[in-house]
Amino acid sequence: MPAVQETIEQVSAIDVDKYKYGFFTEIESDLAPKGLDESTVRFISAKKNEPEWLLEWRLEAFRRWQTMTEPTWARVHYPKIDFQDLYYYAAPKKTAGPKSLDEVDPELLRTYEKLGIPLKEQELLAGVVSDKPRVAVDAVFDSVSVVTTFKKELAKHGVIFCSISEAVREHPELVKKYLGSVVPTTDNYYATLNSAVFSDGSFVYIPKGVRCPMELSTYFRINEKNTGQFERTLIIADEGSYVSYLEGCTAPTRDENQLHAAVVELVALDDAEIKYSTVQNWYPGDAEGKGGIYNFVTKRGDCRGRNSKISWTQVETGSAITWKYPSCILRGDNSRGEFYSIAISNGRQQVDSGTKMIHLGKNTTSKIISKAISAGRSDSTYRGLVSIGRKASNARNFTNCDSLLIGNKCGAHTVPYIESKNASAVVEHEATTSKISDDQMFYCLSRGLDEEEAIALIVNGFVRDVLQQLPMEFMVETQKLISISLEGSVG
Amino acid sequence: MLEIRNLHARIGDREILRGIDLVVKPGEVHAIMGPNGSGKSTLSYILAGKDDYEVTEGDILFNGESILEMEPNERATAGLFLAFQYPIEIPGVASMTFLRAALNAKRKANGEAEITTPEFMRVVKEASAKLNISPDMLKRPVNVGFSGGEKKRNEVLQMALLEPKVAILDETDSGLDIDALKVVAEGVNALRSPDRAFVVITHYQRLLDHIVPDIVHVLSAGRIVQTGGKELAFDLEKNGYAAYVSDAA
Repeated sequence: MPAVQETIEQVSAIDVDKYKYGFFTEIESDLAPKGLDESTVRFISAKKNEPEWLLEWRLEAFRRWQTMTEPTWARVHYPKIDFQDLYYYAAPKKTAGPKSLDEVDPELLRTYEKLGIPLKEQELLAGVVSDKPRVAVDAVFDSVSVVTTFKKELAKHGVIFCSISEAVREHPELVKKYLGSVVPTTDNYYATLNSAVFSDGSFVYIPKGVRCPMELSTYFRINEKNTGQFERTLIIADEGSYVSYLEGCTAPTRDENQLHAAVVELVALDDAEIKYSTVQNWYPGDAEGKGGIYNFVTKRGDCRGRNSKISWTQVETGSAITWKYPSCILRGDNSRGEFYSIAISNGRQQVDSGTKMIHLGKNTTSKIISKAISAGRSDSTYRGLVSIGRKASNARNFTNCDSLLIGNKCGAHTVPYIESKNASAVVEHEATTSKISDDQMFYCLSRGLDEEEAIALIVNGFVRDVLQQLPMEFMVETQKLISISLEGSVG
Repeated sequence: MLEIRNLHARIGDREILRGIDLVVKPGEVHAIMGPNGSGKSTLSYILAGKDDYEVTEGDILFNGESILEMEPNERATAGLFLAFQYPIEIPGVASMTFLRAALNAKRKANGEAEITTPEFMRVVKEASAKLNISPDMLKRPVNVGFSGGEKKRNEVLQMALLEPKVAILDETDSGLDIDALKVVAEGVNALRSPDRAFVVITHYQRLLDHIVPDIVHVLSAGRIVQTGGKELAFDLEKNGYAAYVSDAA
């Protein structure tokens, strides 16, 4: 039996069933009634004590959403979603927000522990101040932010890092100015839905000239059974500022498919830089494709100012279906957009992901490095748009899309769209598709590595260019995650 | 230590090995010489467990036990090592990472904890210095863009770190100039010990000037047709394989 054949069997035997984070936390929830109509939107808004303008904003989005239809252009297949059969709001039952970790439901903390959140919990709990680079975590449990750490330290620098609900209360002028300014309420089916019913998420504002003193990190977790989760994140980097934001996600095992339709908006003003990193390992469904998260996300960054820079780095290993195109609008002259992606699919996972680089300003540059690994019976599509506007003189883009296939039952597709309306633009596109060769496998095996270790090693090599873009904190975790995703064994 | 009994093997319909018998004892260095197509590389691959080949008859015993049913990695962690004629490239994986993974695989199989970073750095530094391997080379991806000499030295480095009981060197001299050959041979010689055996597969006698064998076998058309001392290699160098090739045919 050739090595690749065995590899296929190995991979197909991977029990995505043994999903490492498949546990369910018993916490009472405060649920909105099932289904979606105007009263649901009003319920959510009322629950959050929102001002009138935001309710109106939501309702407008909701009315718009009713006139829209689900997009079908992505290369993913799933049964029609019954949007009336979902809950649109679930919050852990604790109305008054905890003032410290001590007040947080211990069940919750245990959940975080199981997730292995690099929260430096002990350090935090003990209030130890270390000289190591710190990570501030705004942990989102289901829909409501329950813990925000390092707030004071951040406040010293004038950095605002809080839940979006809190931002609506405390910083309405900022929210009003920027919310929906990158992803308008009319943008697309899921983004519009999110605008109507978004539950919570993070808000970040970095003032002029401030280099955020620590990496900001949010862990999302979908916990409530059958709850759509609609995160809304808004990050604004004012002139000359810098911020690195980490987003990590896990969800417990569920039989029903769970819908996740987040919206992330980034705004970089003159000379500002935002680095946004995601590690997503939600439940991918079992080996037969049952269960798993539907991840329909709209992420977009607006390089609004001159010399601004936005960089997306994503490691996507989870979800049954991923529909996600973190994009950059390069509006300011000399602005730069980057997209680094690792997408691993296994079992019956379907991934349709990529980016859009919209060059509008002069001398704008963009770089896209996408590495897709497909195993099992999964299907992975890179879909990307590089658009050079009429006024975008001297725009430059470099795109590299590599696909690696493991076994012969999976698929990899590359769908690049390139539109150039300016003759001075230089757009480069490179793409490769390869398989792990029998020879590579045999070489690794003959040095004592077992098949799973060999695959993980080779795959880690394949994605190295992107791994190097991740903050150190995430890099080691990601390497482990890659092994887990491809092994199915508990690492 | 290593015993091959009446080994027959084929790839597809083609029979390549037609009854090989070989007994290798600890401390011995065996050379297997033979013309192109005699089955030398096939033998090395079958010993290491490559599964393109089908063993139709016979057995391979390692420390008294049959290894035919063992996976290549099980054979490796049991102490069998194959130095490849054409080492394989693994893009993006630093040689250091690869070495460490191999070392840890062996330790895992022996029920030992993973090697610590300082310990690993120490053993790699020591072993690579002997082989003229620069730290820079260890940072480069495994075999990617390596010269012929670098590839072979890298194989010997892996061997030195994994400390096998039986090492099979498949045409380790191919693609090497004389200086590189000397470095590689010295590396191998440094690993000779009373409890380690070598099977050196080569087409030419020149490697055996540097790695002096105890026993020389001539392989032709899938059989060992002649066995002798190291002088047999000189004989072959002078007279060629013609006599054996016609014998077999």
